[in-house]
Amino acid sequence: MKDSPTTGHNDAGPSHGGTGTDLAAPEGTALENRFANPGLPAHRFRTTDTDPKAARNAERQVSTIFLLSFIGTVVFLVGYFALPIEDDKSLGRLQLSTLVLGLGLGFAIFCIGIGLVHWAKTLMPDHEQVELRHDIRGTDEDRRDATNIILDGVEESGVMRRTVIRNSLIAALGILPIPAVVLFRDLGPLPGTVLRESLWEEGVRLTRDPDGTPIRAADVTFGSVFHVIPEGLAESSHPIEEKAKAAVLLIRIQPEDVKPIESGMINQADWSYGGIYAYSKICTHVGCPVALYEQQTHHLLCPCHQSTFDLTQHCKVIFGPAKRPLPQLPITVDSEGYLVASAGFPVPPGPSYWERGVSE
Amino acid sequence: MKALAARRRHPLGGVVVMLLALLVVGGAYSVLTPSTASAAGASTEDVQKGRELFLANCSNCHGLQAQGTGEGPTLIGVGAASVDFQVGTGRMPLSANLPQAMEKPVQFNDQQIAQMAAYVASLAPGPAIPAEEFQSFSDDPERISKGNELFRTNCAMCHNAVGVGGALTRGKWAPNLQDVSAKHVYEAMLTGPQSMPVFNDANITPEEKQDIASYLHFVGTEPSPGGLSLGSLGPVSEGLFAWAGGILALVGCAVWLGARSS
Repeated sequence: MKDSPTTGHNDAGPSHGGTGTDLAAPEGTALENRFANPGLPAHRFRTTDTDPKAARNAERQVSTIFLLSFIGTVVFLVGYFALPIEDDKSLGRLQLSTLVLGLGLGFAIFCIGIGLVHWAKTLMPDHEQVELRHDIRGTDEDRRDATNIILDGVEESGVMRRTVIRNSLIAALGILPIPAVVLFRDLGPLPGTVLRESLWEEGVRLTRDPDGTPIRAADVTFGSVFHVIPEGLAESSHPIEEKAKAAVLLIRIQPEDVKPIESGMINQADWSYGGIYAYSKICTHVGCPVALYEQQTHHLLCPCHQSTFDLTQHCKVIFGPAKRPLPQLPITVDSEGYLVASAGFPVPPGPSYWERGVSE
Repeated sequence: MKALAARRRHPLGGVVVMLLALLVVGGAYSVLTPSTASAAGASTEDVQKGRELFLANCSNCHGLQAQGTGEGPTLIGVGAASVDFQVGTGRMPLSANLPQAMEKPVQFNDQQIAQMAAYVASLAPGPAIPAEEFQSFSDDPERISKGNELFRTNCAMCHNAVGVGGALTRGKWAPNLQDVSAKHVYEAMLTGPQSMPVFNDANITPEEKQDIASYLHFVGTEPSPGGLSLGSLGPVSEGLFAWAGGILALVGCAVWLGARSS
């Protein structure tokens, strides 16, 4: 402490309840202390300190609160055994079970916490204590000693002299993270072409969601919207995953309302049939279903982040965080008059991913 | 009668007599009032009356021949269902030129609405008012369940999972559907009013339209299990409620922890 520069003139360190630190006056003379250190306020005794009856009461309260915790534990156990979710997978039962388990366990733990705090506040010792604050910096002597310990260690290990050992150690530590790469690889495999492929391909019929009945082109009147899934979706191995890629919105508008293809766009002029347009329903932002179609403005709105796509401009993004237009599904009619895809999606539907490529 | 006579000077006697009189008058009115006209059997007289109503109330925006003007679209071919929906829900005549037509008290009686619908239907063929059998709710659980499935697929994205409605772009919104009649739900799907697309009978059959209306009626009358539906808005209002309640509880705990014991 003696040589510590930060303590200044007060070698004993700041002490609580002392005369306090003098302020330095501009002329270098100490100002007189205009305020006496008030010190600690007088100790105020609690009723439980002075009245044995109150102390007994508090004791009873604490134990009652601890015993109340039993109720929560019992509620949890009863909920666990009386509301099994294995035999009834309905959502309502699951919600009730979760609610009872959570409230029971929460109440049990909460009561123990409340009881402990109440115990500490009413019955445990209540005297004031002063802890002096010490300088954080060690003395120069301690700092010198610490440096010497490290230098001695370096010297004794010979790491500076035996460079072969040192360099081989560095090399060993350097390749140690490689097993982590192998472990992370187990999280894979990389998506590959899975996100590029959907159930849509040439000749697949457009069917109604959810009952899977095919749609005639004549059924789609102007201003109407059909929610579409590919035929045979229910028979696929992962219907929900396939639906998340293949869901399509079918809209019929007056063909003259749609603006011509601009240069630089994919030539999708003949991808519609008589004003019937099929667009992916999966938002290119984070994949919510874009199905809010406004008949008058021909805008498609995503309910999650308000990305807005303009059907008259080939589902170009006109507002919101989405970056790419909704992919269009090329459609035509088969010999029986039903709508069919004439090819799969030209670009992967849905949100971006690393392997997708920047150009798409 | 003796008991009645004995109490005729009771202070509440006048009130009782008044209530009885109201009951008699109201009962007689409901028995004697003429039944509403049906558009299906519209006579030339109805069409003529409808035309007069149209000229007086609608032609300003829709044109003298209902051909449409810069202020309002053509009504040729929109059909009786469109008139019945727009006028029957109070959206027409329009109260103000806003992004969306507001619902307000209906301005015409059922007969006048039917006459206007008959006039518009006489201009060109269009969607008709649904048959009587589709104007009521079904209470068959199978059909309500089917209605739920169809509603989730076709309607919930705009109108919310239980039909309480939601926001659209630029000041437009999808209205609450829970207290809408089966007829108006049906007509809205058939005609696609305002921002709403059309769901024709080839897409959603008349029975399925009734299923959807029945589902909406069912969820609208279903009591809330927690006692408080919080607007049925889902995670937003529920999360806010839980968050605010949780913060309040934590603040209470913190105040109690910091307070000195007496």
